[in-house]
Amino acid sequence: MINLLLIIFIVTLFVCATAIRLKTFIKAIAFQGLLLFGIFLLRLNELNTINLILLLLETLIFKAFLIPWFLHFLIKRNKITRETDPFVSNFASLFIITFVVMTTFFLANTLKGGVFENIYFVIASITIFTGLFLIISRRKIITHVMGFIILENGVVILSLAVGVEMPMLVNLGILLDIFVTVLVLGIFAIKLGDIFKEAEVDHLKGLKD
Amino acid sequence: MIALYIAISLLITLSVFLIRNRKLIISLVVIFVLLQWILTCYEYLTLNSVQLYYFTPDAIGIILLAVLSVIASMSFLYSFIYLDSRNDSPRIISIYLSALILLIMAISCAYLANHVAIAWIFVEITTLSSSVLIYHRRTERSLEGSWKYIFICSVSVALIFMGILFLGMASQQAKAGDLFYSNLVLHAKSLDELWLKAAFLFIFTGYTAKLGLFPMYTAGIDAKDKAPSPASAVFSSALMNVGFIGVFRMYGIISKTNIHPWVNLVLIISALISLIIAAAYMLRVKSFKRMFAYSSVEHMGIAVVGLTMGSMGIFGSVLHVIFHSFTKAGLFYQYGSVNRVIKSKFINDAGEYFEKNTSGALVLLLGFFMVTAIPPSGMFISEYYIFRSLFEKGYLWLLIVFAVLITVIIWALGENIFRLLFYKPPFVRDNGEITKKVSVWESVPQFALMAGVMYLGVNPPGFLIELINQAVKGFS
Repeated sequence: MINLLLIIFIVTLFVCATAIRLKTFIKAIAFQGLLLFGIFLLRLNELNTINLILLLLETLIFKAFLIPWFLHFLIKRNKITRETDPFVSNFASLFIITFVVMTTFFLANTLKGGVFENIYFVIASITIFTGLFLIISRRKIITHVMGFIILENGVVILSLAVGVEMPMLVNLGILLDIFVTVLVLGIFAIKLGDIFKEAEVDHLKGLKD
Repeated sequence: MIALYIAISLLITLSVFLIRNRKLIISLVVIFVLLQWILTCYEYLTLNSVQLYYFTPDAIGIILLAVLSVIASMSFLYSFIYLDSRNDSPRIISIYLSALILLIMAISCAYLANHVAIAWIFVEITTLSSSVLIYHRRTERSLEGSWKYIFICSVSVALIFMGILFLGMASQQAKAGDLFYSNLVLHAKSLDELWLKAAFLFIFTGYTAKLGLFPMYTAGIDAKDKAPSPASAVFSSALMNVGFIGVFRMYGIISKTNIHPWVNLVLIISALISLIIAAAYMLRVKSFKRMFAYSSVEHMGIAVVGLTMGSMGIFGSVLHVIFHSFTKAGLFYQYGSVNRVIKSKFINDAGEYFEKNTSGALVLLLGFFMVTAIPPSGMFISEYYIFRSLFEKGYLWLLIVFAVLITVIIWALGENIFRLLFYKPPFVRDNGEITKKVSVWESVPQFALMAGVMYLGVNPPGFLIELINQAVKGFS
C-alpha cells in the first residue's frame, strides 16, 4: 500500500514538471500533501493523540490545505498569468525528470545493500532533485516558491528514510519554521508582484558586481 | 534564565511591533539591551551547565555571545541615529526595530543551543528576521536583495536539515542517543564514516550561506549591500559567526574521527575559492558596502583555514573571528555617516571625506589598518597565529597563494578607502542640499571598537585566553 502511494507521489512530480497551468501545479502540490498524510498514517506504529494531531497539522492541514490555498491567494492577488513559463520546454523537463527517476532506481538496484534498498531514500532523492530542478528551470517567482515546497516535501520523506525521531518540541519548532518561511516567501512574492507587475526572475538582475 | 530571556525578548518584539509611541519603544529597546547583557553575564557564570535541557553555554558560545552583545548595543544606538536621519513612517520603524530584536535573540539562542536541530530552528529564524531588515528601505533593489537572501538561505537551511538527518542516521546506527553536540563528540569514533561525510558536506554547504564562504556566499553580499548599515554591521559580524559556530561545532565532532584529513581538504578548498572570489570582486566593486562584504568573505576564509591547522590555528581562528566582528561592525557604522555626508553609495562619487567629517575619516583610516591586519591591529596577531600554523604544518604553497591574494585585497581596499578620504573631484556636484554636520560623538563608539581590537590583540585579558583555550581543548 505504501509503495503504491509512493509511486503515485512520483507521478505527481511528473505532473509538476509538465504542468502548463499554475493551477495544475498547485493541485499536484496539494495532492502530494494528501499522499504524505497517507504514507505517514500507514507508517505510524502506535496511534496516540499527540502523534496524530501533529501529523494532521503537518500534512493534511498545512501541506494539503493551507499552502495550496495560500498559493491560490497569491496568484489571484498578483493577477499572475496562468502559464508556468519554463525556461526549458515541457518535453525536456519531462525527459530530465524521467532520466533522474530511472538513474536513481537503476543505481538503487545495482548498489544493493545498505540504504539504497530503502525505497524512501530513493523517492526522497528524486523529490529533492525535482524541487531544485523546478527552481532553476522556471521563470516565474511563484514557481520558485512551489519548487521550494516540493524540496521540503522531499526532506520530509528523507526523514522517513533515515527514521530519525526528533523530540516533540523540536518537531513543533521545525514545523512552525517551515510554515513561517513559506508565509514570508509568499509575502515577498506579493511585494515583488506589486513592484515589477510581472514577477519574473528576469527582473532580479540589479544586484551584481 | 534562557527561557526567561526568550520569553521576555519575544514579548518585547511583539510590543515594539505594535506600539507606535517613540519614547516607549526606546525604553523597551533599552530593556532588551540590558536583558542581553544580563544573559551574557549569567551564561558566563554558569559555564558548561545544561539549561532548559537543550542549551549549554560552552566557551565558544560565550565568546561569540559577548561579541554579539557589544555589537547589538551599538547597533541599536546607530539604528536610532539612522532612523532619525530618514522620515520613515512609525510603522516601518516599529517593524525594523522588532526584527532587529528578534534577530539578536535568535542569534544568541543559536550560539547557545547544544542540540543540532534546536540550533537549526534558530538559524532559520535569523534568516526570516534579517530578510525583514534588508527590505527596510522599501525599494526595488532592497526587495530583490531580501528575496535572494531569504530564498538562498531557505534552500541552504533545508540542506542543513538534510545533513542533520544523515547525522541522526549515523548516531542511530552507533546508538549514540539524541542529537546533542556534546553527545555526538563523545560517540564520534563509532559514527559511520560515510554518513558523517555526507552530513558534514550538507551541513557545511548550508552554513556557508551564513558564514559567507563559497558556494553560498552570494546571498550574504546582497544582504549587506541593501540592509541599513546598523543591520549590515550585525550581518557581517554576529550573523556570520552563527555560520562559524555551526561549522566549528560540526568540526569538533569530525576532528575525533578518521575522516578528519578529508574534511580539512574540503574546508581548505572552500576557503581558497572564497579568497579568490573576494580578491577578484574587490578589484571591480562599485559600492563601499559590497567591498566591506567581500572583505568579510576574505576574513572568514582565513578563519576557516585556521580551523584546519591544529590547536594554534584554531586559537588564531577564534581570535580572528572576534577581531573581525568588531572591526567590520565599526566600518559599517562609519559607513552610515559616510552615506549621510556623501549621499551616494558609489565609489566613483566619493571624495574629500577628510574635510567633510574629520573624526569619521579617522575611524575609516584606523579601520583600514585594522581590517588589513597592519600592526597594531589585533588581526595581525590572529593572522600571525594562523599563518604560522600553516607554515608549521607544511602548507607553504597555501601560505604563498594566500599572501598574493591578500595583497590584492589590501590594494583594492586601500585604493577605494583612500579615494573616499582624500580624492578631490575636479568639479563639485552641488544639488543645493545642505548636509548636516556629523557630530564627533557619533564616532566615539567606533573608536572604542577599534581600540578594543588593538588592546585585545596586544594584551588579551586572562579570562578571554582561558575561554579560547577551553574552546580549543575540545579538538584534541
